[in-house]
Amino acid sequence: MMATSYNAKDEDGRVTVCGPGGGPLLRGKKPENTALKQQRLAAWQPVLTAGTALPALFAVGLLFIPVGVGLFVTSNNIRELEIDYTGADASSPCFSCSQSFSWNSTRPCTCTVPFYLEQPYESNVYVYYGLSNFYQNHRRYVKSRDDGQLNGNEKSLTEPSKECEPYAYRDNEPIAPCGAIANSMFNDTLELFYNDPNGTKIQIPLNATGIAWWTDKHVKFGNPGGNDQNLSAAFQGTTRPVNWRRPVYELDSDRGNNGFVNEDFIVWMRTAALPTFRKLYRIIGKKDNVVPTLPRGNYTLEVVYNYPVRSFEGRKRVILSTISWMGGKNPFLGVAYIAVGAVCFFLGVVLLAMHHKCGNRNGDGDISN
Amino acid sequence: MSNRCSNEETRVDSRTIYVGHRSSSTNEAFIPPKFCDNRIVSSKYTVWNFLPKNLFEQFRRIANFYFLIIFLVQVIVDTPTSPVTSGLPLFFVITVTAIKQGYEDWLRHKADNEVNKYPVTVLEQGRRIRKESEKIKVGDVVEVEEDVTFPCDLILLQSSRDDDTCFVTTASLDGESNHKTHYTVPDTEKDLETLNATIECEQPQPDLYKFVGRMHIYKNDQEPAVRSLGPENLLLKGATLKNTQRICGVAIYTGMETKMALNYQGKSQKRSAVEKSINAFLLVYLCILVSKALVCTTLKYVWQGKPGQDEPWYNEKTQREKDTNLYLKMFTDFLSFMVLFNFIIPVSMYVTVEMQKFLGSFFITWDKDFFDPEIKEGALVNTSDLNEELGQVEYVFTDKTGTLTQNNMEFIECCIDGFQYKYRDASSDLDGFCVTDGPLNKVQEKAGREELFLRALCLCHTVQVKESSEQGQGQRDQVDGFGLDGEVLPPLREQRGFIASSPDEVALVKGAMRFGFTFLGLESKNMKILTRNNDIEMYELLHVLNFDPVRRRMSVIVRSKSGDTLLFCKGADSSIFPRVRQEEVERIRMHVERNATTDDYLLVVTLGAMCFAVQEEDYAQADAGLMEARLALQDREQKLMAVYNQVETGMSLIGATAVEDRLQEEAAETMEALQGAGIKVWVLTGDKMETAKSTCYACRLFQRNTELLELTVRTLEDGGRRREERLHELLLEYHKKAVQDAPTWSSANQDYGFIIDGATLSMVLNSSSESNSSRYKNLFLQICQNCTSVLCCRMAPLQKAQIVKMVKNSKGSPITLSIGDGANDVSMILEAHVGIGIKGKEGRQAVRNSDYAIPKLKHLKKLLLAHGHLYYVRIAHLVQYFFYKNLCFILPQFLYQFFCGYSQQPLYDAAYLTMYNICFTSMPILAYSLLEQHICIEVLLDNAALYRDIAKNGMLRWRPFLYWTLLGVFHGLLFFFGVRFLFSNPALQDNGQVFGNWSYGTIVFTVLVFTVTLKLALDTRHWTWINHFVIWGSLLFYVFFSFFWGGIIWPFLKQQRLYFVFANMLSSVSAWLVIILLILLSLLPEILLVVFHKPRGPRQVELRHIHTFPLYFTHSFSPRFIYLFHFLTVLPLFSLWFWSSLMEPIFNIFIRGI
Repeated sequence: MMATSYNAKDEDGRVTVCGPGGGPLLRGKKPENTALKQQRLAAWQPVLTAGTALPALFAVGLLFIPVGVGLFVTSNNIRELEIDYTGADASSPCFSCSQSFSWNSTRPCTCTVPFYLEQPYESNVYVYYGLSNFYQNHRRYVKSRDDGQLNGNEKSLTEPSKECEPYAYRDNEPIAPCGAIANSMFNDTLELFYNDPNGTKIQIPLNATGIAWWTDKHVKFGNPGGNDQNLSAAFQGTTRPVNWRRPVYELDSDRGNNGFVNEDFIVWMRTAALPTFRKLYRIIGKKDNVVPTLPRGNYTLEVVYNYPVRSFEGRKRVILSTISWMGGKNPFLGVAYIAVGAVCFFLGVVLLAMHHKCGNRNGDGDISN
Repeated sequence: MSNRCSNEETRVDSRTIYVGHRSSSTNEAFIPPKFCDNRIVSSKYTVWNFLPKNLFEQFRRIANFYFLIIFLVQVIVDTPTSPVTSGLPLFFVITVTAIKQGYEDWLRHKADNEVNKYPVTVLEQGRRIRKESEKIKVGDVVEVEEDVTFPCDLILLQSSRDDDTCFVTTASLDGESNHKTHYTVPDTEKDLETLNATIECEQPQPDLYKFVGRMHIYKNDQEPAVRSLGPENLLLKGATLKNTQRICGVAIYTGMETKMALNYQGKSQKRSAVEKSINAFLLVYLCILVSKALVCTTLKYVWQGKPGQDEPWYNEKTQREKDTNLYLKMFTDFLSFMVLFNFIIPVSMYVTVEMQKFLGSFFITWDKDFFDPEIKEGALVNTSDLNEELGQVEYVFTDKTGTLTQNNMEFIECCIDGFQYKYRDASSDLDGFCVTDGPLNKVQEKAGREELFLRALCLCHTVQVKESSEQGQGQRDQVDGFGLDGEVLPPLREQRGFIASSPDEVALVKGAMRFGFTFLGLESKNMKILTRNNDIEMYELLHVLNFDPVRRRMSVIVRSKSGDTLLFCKGADSSIFPRVRQEEVERIRMHVERNATTDDYLLVVTLGAMCFAVQEEDYAQADAGLMEARLALQDREQKLMAVYNQVETGMSLIGATAVEDRLQEEAAETMEALQGAGIKVWVLTGDKMETAKSTCYACRLFQRNTELLELTVRTLEDGGRRREERLHELLLEYHKKAVQDAPTWSSANQDYGFIIDGATLSMVLNSSSESNSSRYKNLFLQICQNCTSVLCCRMAPLQKAQIVKMVKNSKGSPITLSIGDGANDVSMILEAHVGIGIKGKEGRQAVRNSDYAIPKLKHLKKLLLAHGHLYYVRIAHLVQYFFYKNLCFILPQFLYQFFCGYSQQPLYDAAYLTMYNICFTSMPILAYSLLEQHICIEVLLDNAALYRDIAKNGMLRWRPFLYWTLLGVFHGLLFFFGVRFLFSNPALQDNGQVFGNWSYGTIVFTVLVFTVTLKLALDTRHWTWINHFVIWGSLLFYVFFSFFWGGIIWPFLKQQRLYFVFANMLSSVSAWLVIILLILLSLLPEILLVVFHKPRGPRQVELRHIHTFPLYFTHSFSPRFIYLFHFLTVLPLFSLWFWSSLMEPIFNIFIRGI
């Protein structure tokens, strides 16, 4: 493919890298005749010509278009449903909850959002919650954590890093987990019910494990004194974050998913890249090959509305999505691949024509082979 | 009181030294004057002041200071990146520089100590005392033995040689390895203990060849005797005693005041055009940096103005932040943004550029093509700062003698009394002499004139007879003795070696020897010559009136056995003819001029010498004048000159000699190549016009069809009118011819050559009226610039520099190069942008003052066409690439601010920020900038025209800079938005898990590192194994480093941001796909441009070698093609982004519809 010429002027070119013997040259010493010193190192001199690059252009086009089509089709086959339950308009079911929100309320506000699945979701269904206009990537926010504490370091537990300010201490008691990220952990509870056509409401089991990176759960995060300890004792002397309703050792009843290794917590602690983001909430496991995981029909989303977003004009969503080998639904890659492939192919054709015209004039027969 | 006053007075311009610290008169209180000690301190630092002084010196550089400020801001203000990110590179740079400078200084300390602790012998009160060299005080009498270096500047008092001389070599001072004779002060007593004398001499000054002083010798109750002291009495520190067992001398300049130490001061720094470009680009980038920071700060406060944005409930400020004054906050925000974006101006660029220059210059010294087997030396690089300037030369100013010609003089013919004699090798003629023209009558008279002429040749010079050193004393005795024995002469005669400061002197003496008159040497002021009849004749040498380039002649005054005092003078014809009786001139002038214009291109014939006699009666007066002038302390030069001029008058002409000087090897080819490269060659010579002109023809600087425009004294005098008027007229005429009538310079239907001489030049430059002066200068310059070659003859050294300066400062400030071999070229070598010294026969002064030194003229071709061209391309690419890669490095970080609430959140991890320029992308560009040969050296040498491609700083002009900047912007946008669209759904793993902000940054960074490295790979036309190693090695290193950095919980880090981020990224197919897509898309326009660059060249064969340049050589495209091209590539690519961003909601609707 490449028109190359191998420049081997000096095959015997022994390469000796000498120290700086330069400066004032020693009188009477002839410079060594080595390939490096004489700038005659054997070299590959690729010449990119139309003859080599045009086929490459076509190859890229021919390769990218099918890949793009594949990606596009894959992305299209992913089922995805977004439900906005912010309760911004008066008509929405969560309107009252969003209006009457207060940090101190003892009775949680609950709202119910009905929705209809037009197509059955065959494979595993992933439940995400999404937030908009939430700046998890704000610098002050991103650095407001203590990874030492989260790793189970006893010293950091009682003396949180000053990066956690102003969420490091409450009433002179160290906060565990400290910092703004932990303090603002998403705490809405989402539950899904299938409205059977015969009128019964069947709760869909949501799996809360497998949502965080394995390495995060097993290495990066750890409870003080190990995960098998009595957590309430391990967190003795610390207090819960300001906006939390429960201490960290009561996040889950499952011991392996409690304290700092709670997966909801770990997922939240991985700060999002953009102000509109989604985070994995639960997984609905596939039962068997006969019954779809979520058959088409009516569903109800029950939300325990704890998380205020109106103050910063944010939105809250729930996303039900299936997953493919390329991840969640995103037409971008497919479109981009098809577009680039098409552009390459198109350019190839145009340039081939142009080159043919100009090339003949210059008598450059490179293109024909 | 009066004593002190006089002391004050003398301190200004002279110093008084008491030899052996003995006061001149006993009744006066002896106050030893204070002079500095004999310590040489070339080191800059001591152990104690090294750190502060070195740091101070380093931070005086603007760049270092800038980085220091950035670092301090990071330490003081709460900034997004840790101080380590900029502190570490800065620390690295500072440390490496400090270590290098410290090591150099340690070497200097060592060298200083070696010199300062060297044991010397000092005579004190009759005893010989061993001392360390640094303890020598001014006035000490120092004894030096053979082959020992003088510890300080000494006045020679006593020599072990009988003739009161000693021999020294000054190889370490000026590189001249011949033995020089120095003389003791006349009439000093043999017993140094009783010598009571003072020396008055000038204050130390750096000129090695100038010294004036006076010695007062006090003898008991007598009037003090006064003796003049000159350079011939002065032994310089650093010179070595040769052929003399021991000498004694009195120290007059010590330590840092010795001439050697005064010469240590470096030359003025020359800066290359590339450096100026870098500074201009830096300014642009600084503006970009500041405006970025300003934009971000402004937008931040606009954004925060909206309710709920500044401090949402989930992200409260600390109390301290709340309390901070708003304006102070704005200012610190601005500083923080500056810090965040400061990587756009990289520390590492300075290091890489320095390294490239330092390492790159080795290729010149290593080049075996520059090795000259005759002198056994290669090229010498005195400065590496100007490597790339060698590729930018537009004007070459060359000396003639020794540069274009070999300066290997050979006597070929002479003219005595109007008859021409040629030397024939055939032994048929007894004396090797034959008359080639003229009548053969008056034989007797002729023989007398002949002999006089030959005697003159033998006497009128300053040549020494070489004594071979290994034979030492014995040989010397033999030399002294053999003259009496006529029989041993012939074989010895052939072996005789002569040493002289100028090769034509040797040629003349050798020429005389061939005709039977042999110079046997100088012995206690008597010159011995062996005549044709094997008689030894002795002449007492009374005076030598030394040669100097202004007078252009030298004379000797001798007294023959018979008591006649004769003055022989030789010199250039122009300096001799006015001083002799006019009736004798005409006959010889004819020969001289015919010689000079001989059309034999292989040899250049110069007229060498004329000899004259002057009669006895003038001598007494001349002697007195000369003695007086020599004793003068002030203005000795001028006074001597006046006396010389007075003495050298009224002489009669004996004859003329012709000395042949061959052209340098390949001089013509070299000149042709330079002209082919678009370089204009000017010959600046002190020689006369005819000789210089024939040299120019021989070098093919002038062709047969070249029309010569002559502006010399001769043409000025033609019209018979006033010179000024004629000058005016000629200038206008030539200007019309060469400038106005020539349609375009490139069409070259008529070549013009311009000739001007020194006298006319000074008329042009220093015209009587101010207005004319600048106008003439302009006309002159315009004419010169339109001529293919210019010849300036009869130039004084300073005029040469004047011309260089004039061209250098003319419109467009062209890059000039001066090349020369002699001391008279030093001024122009220093003046030009690049000074090249030729390691010729006329000493080492040119080499010492040059930037580069080469053994022969022919090496200039490779130095410019190959080395210069490559260095320029390399460094230009290096600079542009560095700015480019940092622009597309920082642009995503800037764009990210729009998505993170202008909070100065860095996109990349601190490790990546720090390592990007140090490790991931520095080695490939360094290797490229050392090894790249976009065109093979052979092709560059064969096609001089290729040099024009890079003329006028072609790769560092604003247009290519704009291209690279746009490329950087394009890549930066692509990287950021490509990943941005991918992250519209951050669930990128096949298990539904999501990626966070550090994954975002890592994907962008991975694309970035791969793209910029592959971009360089695309630009690389010469892939040696080193290129392969560093390019693929850097990429591999990046991958391994990322795994490693993310693979461990680092105990010293506060945040484990990248823990397994890279590995997780690689487990995502989407991440792979987007990385591949973005890299390919970034390089696509590049590939297309490369493909459609049509190589130009006269022949098809070269298409293989003349590789392609990307857009910065756009002049090879037609503009229409460029526009089409932009349309075809860039437009669709950009529109793609709009398209896909538009498509997204459409797709969503589409899918929902389903």
